[in-house]
Amino acid sequence: MFQNVLEKKDKKVILLGNEAIVRGALEAGVQFVSTYPGTPASEIGDTFYRLQDLYFEYSTNEKVALEAGIGASFSGLKTMVVMKDFGLNVCLDALFPFCYTGTKGPTVIVVADDPSCHSSAQSEQNTRGFAFLLHIPILEPSDSQECKDFVKFAFEISEKFKMPVLLRTTTRVNHQSGLVKLGKLASRSSLRRGDAGFVKDVNRFNTLPPRVLEMHKELLDKIEKIQEYSEKSKLNLVGGKAGRGLSSSKLGIITSGVSYLYVMEALKELKINLPILKLGFFYPLPERKIKNFIKPLKKVLIVEESEPFLEKEIKIFAKEVNCGLKVVGKELVPEIGELKPGIVAQAIAKFFGKKFNKLSVISNQLSVNRRPQLCQGCPYWLVFGAIKKAVKEKDVIFGGDIGCYMLAGVPPHNIQDYLFCMGSSIGIAHGIKKAVSGKQKLITFIGDSTFFHAGIPALINAVHNQSNPLIIIMDNKTTAMTGHQPHPGIKTDAAPIIKIEDVISACQVKNLKIIDPIKQNEFIQTIREFLKKDDVSVIIARRPCKFVK
Amino acid sequence: MVIVGTGGQGLITLLQILAEAAFSEGYDVKTSELHGLSQRGGSVEVHIRFGKKIYSPMVAQGSADLILGLEAQECLKAIYFANGKTIFLINKFLVPISGQKLLKQEEILKNLKKISKNIILIPAADICEKELGKNVVAGIYLICLACFKGLIPINPKSIFKAIEKIVPKKYLDLNIKTFYLAKHEK
Repeated sequence: MFQNVLEKKDKKVILLGNEAIVRGALEAGVQFVSTYPGTPASEIGDTFYRLQDLYFEYSTNEKVALEAGIGASFSGLKTMVVMKDFGLNVCLDALFPFCYTGTKGPTVIVVADDPSCHSSAQSEQNTRGFAFLLHIPILEPSDSQECKDFVKFAFEISEKFKMPVLLRTTTRVNHQSGLVKLGKLASRSSLRRGDAGFVKDVNRFNTLPPRVLEMHKELLDKIEKIQEYSEKSKLNLVGGKAGRGLSSSKLGIITSGVSYLYVMEALKELKINLPILKLGFFYPLPERKIKNFIKPLKKVLIVEESEPFLEKEIKIFAKEVNCGLKVVGKELVPEIGELKPGIVAQAIAKFFGKKFNKLSVISNQLSVNRRPQLCQGCPYWLVFGAIKKAVKEKDVIFGGDIGCYMLAGVPPHNIQDYLFCMGSSIGIAHGIKKAVSGKQKLITFIGDSTFFHAGIPALINAVHNQSNPLIIIMDNKTTAMTGHQPHPGIKTDAAPIIKIEDVISACQVKNLKIIDPIKQNEFIQTIREFLKKDDVSVIIARRPCKFVK
Repeated sequence: MVIVGTGGQGLITLLQILAEAAFSEGYDVKTSELHGLSQRGGSVEVHIRFGKKIYSPMVAQGSADLILGLEAQECLKAIYFANGKTIFLINKFLVPISGQKLLKQEEILKNLKKISKNIILIPAADICEKELGKNVVAGIYLICLACFKGLIPINPKSIFKAIEKIVPKKYLDLNIKTFYLAKHEK
């Protein structure tokens, strides 16, 4: 709960994982925070947005958010950048060189994965894999207390080694509530912005070759040192007194993140006591600690969500210290979808050779398939309705994008022929129109916030390279799906409003109309008219989300 | 405990109230919720666990003590968490599913009874609509009732205090009235 975020030191309060991350940052004395909203990370930014005494911004996209953060770090500020998993893909271009230059002001990047894709189209991303490309330290908290504590550790590591540190969470960590023992908030005066100074240091902030190769070497040296740190860190914990009862010194479990909680619960349920190594560091791994842990074992079970990154690493370590060790992972723990307590209990029971009376579940023969729906009174109903009246659905290709309007792809609408990533509706539309020329018509949907995020370069490309999709900007005056965050096209503080129509006109789009979709006839006529055009057309369907006041 | 319903029924607020109340009684507590697209008018399922020491925020398959259904059809999905002893506390309330025939109350109960006999069906939405003019507080009514009836081992006083702490001022009066409505109905 929000009011708990600012509670006094030593108090125990209930915090959502995302709120605990904010609290950790406040205890560490964060000064500069940027984000682009995305579930399951959105409440982190939304909580910062309500706080004073630090700089916070909703950036136009994650790359810009990170770049802003890099600028703040280079100017000496304690910085946090927050995004969902796909946001990391958007900002990778800036993150690679940032790992090379390193930080000046300590910097923590929070990236929230969404196994099972509860609120994510496009892919079931496992951000941990980027560790091997980026050489960025990655920490994985498992509950709210750790969210807070690990953020503080992350800032400490960043400060000590001058490296950005990535805090990787998953939906069940971000949207888990639990008790958190609070630490001391950093003093308010240290949170002021504007009084930082950029000290020129060309050798440090320029990745120009041949310097970049030296930096690559410096990066690997840093990681070696951080690994030493990881070996001694209490973030990597050997324990395991979960279940009193059967025990074995020949079997062990290695786990991390939310999976650790399921392991502990399962051991309690199964009344088994096994040694457990809980890894708070995903990268760099505490190699010696893992080797010491697996040395005396006959079999080790790796409980991790998604791809078996830990399993593969541990198989390599085992070859060096314990050739006979059987490393069990994905043969018992599914790779697709998030883990659940029952799945983990079953895996452990099988691993241990204990019968697990999986509580028989009567399957339900009645189907309850309640899909997400546009809200009643949502203006998008009007847009989809007009389209259905204006064209024959089978004659038109429909491009989808990321936002509430991706529900175009479910009944009763069923007008979405592709859906990829932020802004891609326009980019892909251009390619299709180039390929099929005049034979097939194409309409794409893109939201106002998504247009600012990644739609503009694609629009410029379509105009410049001359194709003719009809782009409908679903302008509901907010970033609705993630919780109604502002964007550059709406009034916030003293900032000038950047009008979408001005951007579109500046991109030399000649066929442009702004229509309130409640005017169905005009909307229908315009769709028909614009579909005949030989160049790019845009309709801005402007009507606020019903939750916008 | 698992609570199921549909987007907009206030499941997350219920979760916060229960968590705060359990914590005030000295329990360790964890909850799990979902946000974003998964909430848009679709099925919502949230979890709360409290006890001496809690690790997992999610209830394991077949191990819910109580399943609170704010919408009756959604209870069928929660069968995954039920066992022979699980209590189903169900709001007699149906929200149509687009493109699907509305299930009959009897059909739903027949299916639930295959796994557990402990089914309590309460016309909470109707009661709240009739007495308070708002059926949106049906969830509050049911958790209060569950505490008064001893289905949730939390003192109703703790629930009352948690309501005062969590519910925004604007709606507090309505929620307190709901609390007393449940107290008289028990």
